[in-house]
Amino acid sequence: MAVITYRDALNMALREEMRRDGRVFLIGEEIGLYDGAYKVTQGLLKEFGPQRVVDTPIAESGFTGVGIGAAMVGLRPVVEMMTFNFALLALDQIVNSAAKMCYMSGGQFNVPIVIRGPGGPAAQLAAQHSQSMETYFYHVPGLKVVRPTTPMDAKGLLKAAIRDDNPVIFIESETLYNVKGEVPEDPEFLIPLGKALVRREGTDVTVIAYMGMMYRAMEAAEDLEKEGISVELVDPRTLRPMDTETIINSVRKTHRCVVVEAGAGFAGMGSEIGAFVTEQAFDDLDAPVERVTGANAPMPYARNLEKLKTPSKDRIVAAIRRVCNVNGS
Amino acid sequence: MAKTLTRSGTSSGLGVDAAVARQLLGDMLLIRRFEEKAAEAYALGKIGGFLHLYIGEEAVAVGTTSMLRPDDYAISAYREHGHCLAKGSDPKRVMAELFGRRDGLSKGKGGSMHLFDKGTNFLGGHAIVGAHLPIAVGVGFAIKYRGGDQVIVCYFGDGAVPEGEFHEAMNLAALWKLPVLFLCENNRYAMGTSTDRALAQTEIWKFAETYGVPGERVDGMDVLAIRDAVGRAVARARQEKTPSLIEADTYRFRGHSMRDPAGAVYRTKEEVEREKLRDPIVLFREKVVSAGVLSEADARAVEKDVNDRIDEAVAYADASPEPPGEWLFTDIYKES
Repeated sequence: MAVITYRDALNMALREEMRRDGRVFLIGEEIGLYDGAYKVTQGLLKEFGPQRVVDTPIAESGFTGVGIGAAMVGLRPVVEMMTFNFALLALDQIVNSAAKMCYMSGGQFNVPIVIRGPGGPAAQLAAQHSQSMETYFYHVPGLKVVRPTTPMDAKGLLKAAIRDDNPVIFIESETLYNVKGEVPEDPEFLIPLGKALVRREGTDVTVIAYMGMMYRAMEAAEDLEKEGISVELVDPRTLRPMDTETIINSVRKTHRCVVVEAGAGFAGMGSEIGAFVTEQAFDDLDAPVERVTGANAPMPYARNLEKLKTPSKDRIVAAIRRVCNVNGS
Repeated sequence: MAKTLTRSGTSSGLGVDAAVARQLLGDMLLIRRFEEKAAEAYALGKIGGFLHLYIGEEAVAVGTTSMLRPDDYAISAYREHGHCLAKGSDPKRVMAELFGRRDGLSKGKGGSMHLFDKGTNFLGGHAIVGAHLPIAVGVGFAIKYRGGDQVIVCYFGDGAVPEGEFHEAMNLAALWKLPVLFLCENNRYAMGTSTDRALAQTEIWKFAETYGVPGERVDGMDVLAIRDAVGRAVARARQEKTPSLIEADTYRFRGHSMRDPAGAVYRTKEEVEREKLRDPIVLFREKVVSAGVLSEADARAVEKDVNDRIDEAVAYADASPEPPGEWLFTDIYKES
């Protein structure tokens, strides 16, 4: 195992897959000569050349469509969105072209494409550059949606996404690029899409979270351990298809469930998880499912307001205490 | 269909021999009869949803495809029955798709607007205006990436030109020198909006100059003129990886879709009747018969053969069962 950053884990995954398979190419803004706006593609132009690391003008719909067309005839494009906020310019290509091609062609043309880049709350980037984007994609049949929390997941899931025969939306995070962790150097290390992970075992309550919220939930769990509350943390890792089995099994064990998400709560991930937990494990629940979500407001710039927008550790702790029927000290 | 037809010297002066003339006439007629039967089936409730007929525009698909190789690609928008048939798809399976039956090209899941045929390299019917232009550029990218000499023809209407994706696609194909032939079928109306109400520059071929690629306007009712223009563009794409823009001046004789049967609100009956005098099939038939390339009996034999094939297509579609219920959930993802 190497201890490397989340950014370097992504870079390692791209490099390994490009060495393994000549059909894999990268396309996006500033990924080559500039070495990547967030340096995820650093050094890849030098190793693989401009044919396989393709710098584009600012034309998200155009270059996403290029990726889809190339994928239809057998290449394996990895499209970088400099940030996922810009993917909305390509939303029609992603939703109406990539996601539906296999279905509306009766299975004749699948689209093995990965669309990746950072998304979610960032640091004082305000309303248009700091928001959770996964909701726009995980509603759509035909897409797979991945949110990798750790460097190890970043590598294993990106490699699995590149090898998948379907369109995969792979949303990283600016706030995690410098996080370090253990990453296997094995070029065949893959993490299958659609498999959740129990990151911390516990007996009193199941907390479901991913990305930055998982790190915050981990801190909450450690604090509560001191009070005698045992928190189990489940990371879905893939949001579509979701591993409902792992989540339901955990809730059946703990009888309580809290979902933490950075995005606005209305019709968010917590709504979906809360619904299927209630449908499938109602009799096992000792308390209603709680959601801890981002405020139903755009992301503000001011530091104090920004802090209020996303769930804090204190709000997570309070929700866990509520479902466990424990008053705060 | 889908055989490569090349210019061959004949004494007629038309540049086509009897075999080529027979094929061009037959292919155009096949599309015309197919569309007429589809309109009948729609009236009988056998076809649902939107149905956009290609009647009047047949010379564009047939002339263009006659200059392609079978391994070249074609992609189109939602008025694509003609492009799909010209590329070589079996009319039986195209009709079955329109009927929503299991033997349709897309298993009945795509319908009139989403015809795909992997066997002929027909990359679909796409029904969001402009969206398939960048996809065509991606196919051109893949051809060049692999070092091949195929081309892709991308058919679209005048309605796609004001879309941003037309300009993104033209720019990328020109910037990267990709073997893409942008073939604009200018039938003068995007649904009910005439080009002069939609475009600051109504001479669409001139956008080629903006992007530094060859462009030309061609009579879209003259199958031989289309062959000439497309032949030049395909040669450039194959040999020099240069994209081109061709604007075919054409006209749809029917409304935008079956829900706009007459098209009478936004254009006059007189205009439609005047344009029908340019009928590409009538003109070509007269031309080859009067030049002696085909006899009247030859032309009739072609018509008889086409009528038989279309009758067969309708019978086949009628007999094909509905897709089974479990197919609702197949093909959403490709299983690795």
